[in-house]
Amino acid sequence: MVPLSWYLILSGILFSLGVLGFLLKRNIITIFMSIELMLNAVNLSFVAFANYWSTHPVADKSMIPLSGQVFVFFVMVVAAAEAAVGLAIIISVFRTRETLNVDRVNLLKL
Amino acid sequence: MTKNLHLWAIPLLPLVGAAINGLLGRRFKNAMVSAIALLFTAASFAWAAWAVWSAWPGSGIALPHIETLGTWITAGSFSAPFGFYLDQLSMIMVLVVTGVGFLIHIYSVGYMAHEGGYYRFFAYLNLFMFFMLTLVLANNYLLMFVGWEGVGLASYLLIGFFFLKDSAADAGKKAFIVNRIGDFAFLIGMFLIIQHFGTLNYDGVFGKIAEGHLAPEAGWGLFTAIALCLMFGATGKSAQVPLYVWLPDAMEGPTPVSALIHAATMVTAGIYMIARSHAIFNLAPHALQIVAIIGCITAIFAATMGLAQTDIKRVLAYSTVSQLGYMFLACGVAAYSAGIFHLMTHAFFKALLFLGAGSVIHAVGGEQDMRRMGGLRKLIPVTFWVVTIATIAIAGIPPFAGFFSKDEILGAVFHSPYGGPVIWAIGVLTAGLTSFYMFRLWFMTFFGELKLGSVDIGEEAHSPHAPAQASHVTASHSHGHADDEVHGHGGVHESPWVMLAPLVILAVLSFVGGWVGVPQFMGGHNEVEHFLAPVMQSGPAVAGEAVSDHDATTFHAGEATPENTREEWLLAGASVAAGLIGLFFAYLFYYKSPELPERITSKMHGIYTMVLHKYYVDEGYGAIFVKPLLALSTVVLWRGVDQGVIDGLVNGAGAASQGVGNELRQMQSGNIRSYAAWVAIGGAAIVGYMIWLGVTR
Repeated sequence: MVPLSWYLILSGILFSLGVLGFLLKRNIITIFMSIELMLNAVNLSFVAFANYWSTHPVADKSMIPLSGQVFVFFVMVVAAAEAAVGLAIIISVFRTRETLNVDRVNLLKL
Repeated sequence: MTKNLHLWAIPLLPLVGAAINGLLGRRFKNAMVSAIALLFTAASFAWAAWAVWSAWPGSGIALPHIETLGTWITAGSFSAPFGFYLDQLSMIMVLVVTGVGFLIHIYSVGYMAHEGGYYRFFAYLNLFMFFMLTLVLANNYLLMFVGWEGVGLASYLLIGFFFLKDSAADAGKKAFIVNRIGDFAFLIGMFLIIQHFGTLNYDGVFGKIAEGHLAPEAGWGLFTAIALCLMFGATGKSAQVPLYVWLPDAMEGPTPVSALIHAATMVTAGIYMIARSHAIFNLAPHALQIVAIIGCITAIFAATMGLAQTDIKRVLAYSTVSQLGYMFLACGVAAYSAGIFHLMTHAFFKALLFLGAGSVIHAVGGEQDMRRMGGLRKLIPVTFWVVTIATIAIAGIPPFAGFFSKDEILGAVFHSPYGGPVIWAIGVLTAGLTSFYMFRLWFMTFFGELKLGSVDIGEEAHSPHAPAQASHVTASHSHGHADDEVHGHGGVHESPWVMLAPLVILAVLSFVGGWVGVPQFMGGHNEVEHFLAPVMQSGPAVAGEAVSDHDATTFHAGEATPENTREEWLLAGASVAAGLIGLFFAYLFYYKSPELPERITSKMHGIYTMVLHKYYVDEGYGAIFVKPLLALSTVVLWRGVDQGVIDGLVNGAGAASQGVGNELRQMQSGNIRSYAAWVAIGGAAIVGYMIWLGVTR
């Protein structure tokens, strides 16, 4: 059985990659993918914890072991909605700016 | 229930006049303005006369007669009423103020006829009457203080009446500020009275003193402190050393103002206040001694300064200071009734002198320098005669008014433990000087030849106060019609009868005014002293040294032994002789051989220059008080506190928020990735904090 820490380390690496990609990349599409990466890193830690607590005795009886997995669904729904809105925004930005470089999209007006 | 005299109407009537003229007068014709002003002043005089008549001793109304309208201020156990107090002392004061005030109002109708701001002048003059009557009629120190401050205000307004002239505006400010210094001491004195007596009402304070249950060991130092504070307040209002400096400058005001406020009434407020507080002063022998010394110094000091003045009004101003010194001296030797007597006669003859001087100035078209006058005797005969009467009166030559009052003061000084032969001698010397400078004025103005515009007065060029005096000389605009009438004898004209009538009345009063106080040794009955005796003897006798044999307030009333009588005659003779000697020297210097003064002044150049410059007192005050104060205000209060601290705080708050905003603005770059970086750093910080919490637990 893979220990919990490995999942968490992987999750941390993925999240850090997402952060770095978000900070360092200039293309909006890449940044958007970095966001998805971060979300999914979090999802990974959710399911890892859910799995862990379902196989280990829980001291606090009020805790529901599968809640982590439920949360993942919420995150995925939000991510899907966000992808729809975000891609629409990206297309709109590209139409007016004719670029996807975020450094050139630094005004709150068009 | 005694009869209600409605004393409140006496001060209030002039206030109504002031309000009508002040608020609406601009639209009135001059005749209307003067009618209103005269009507209300006359009504006030009539009411005062009726009240005095009704309450005359023996008429059934108990004196002091107190009428209270209501409570004014209540604070804890302390309360001050709107109350009026009529006794023999305020009777004299109220008659002098309303009577002389009314005459001067009449005179002003003629004098101010050609001036701008006619309605303003009468509104101020009526306002002054209101405050002065409040002052003398109040039944407590606080209400008196209201009048006291109010006359200061009216005085300020009237000195600066020609406010377009810098010197007049400055003189007004000077008078007000110097008076404030004295008022401050008066206030402290009142606080001490409240602390000790718990009330400011005259009957309360003097009643407690009369009951005599005062612990001497606790009380006497306190009485001295109260008396000294009150005295210092009086030195401001009554122009005594060291606060006399405002009065000569106050001559910038129109001449009727000088007569009413700066000679006859307002400046006597300090004397009145001391006489009113005699019960306190009698318990403070040291304070009395100081009052006597201050009066004595002022009298001689101002008299010498009057010797060298060439501005006719300034001579009279210094003479006023000197005469007020006499009154102070009288109060200092506890001869209050003599002081009030002199106050009364002085009000007559000094008002007459000022009004006469105004008539002279009017006649010669605004000229005030006596060196340019002369020979006016034939040209303005009525003015000449009334001024002559006033001059004889002030010089102390019997049987004119000034002789009796001055002699009574000098006699009291001689016998009092606070006076003595030395102070008496100074007083007699002052009498001689008074006579000299007054007859100097008389000879220079009315005798010799008229020198209008023909004399080049060169020596002013090298005198430091030339600008001040020059402004007098050139102040021809104080008469609107001056310019076309200045030159030639044809321009000199007698004043109209509206001005001369008050002069004549005052001349009569200056002549006979003293007869009410003919001392016993001359076969009189000294009515003034007997009249005032109930007031002045209500308090305790003078404390301290053995005064029982010569009770200073009543020694004239003592039995006239031949020895006493001879002494009195000698004393009186001495003061008359001093007056005659002064007259003789003035005759010698300014009539017989006019070149003598030049020779003497060139020989005693140092002294003459010092006297001419008024002993450099103004300059000294400027160097000692004004300049350091100005420097302190400029450097510390203005540049340091105001600009540094207060402006610094306000501007600093603005600059700080601007600086912080400027720094924070950098974060709002619009660059998405920098926002993201901030979010990441923030998140990392929170995570780091939580890890740290977990580790340290």
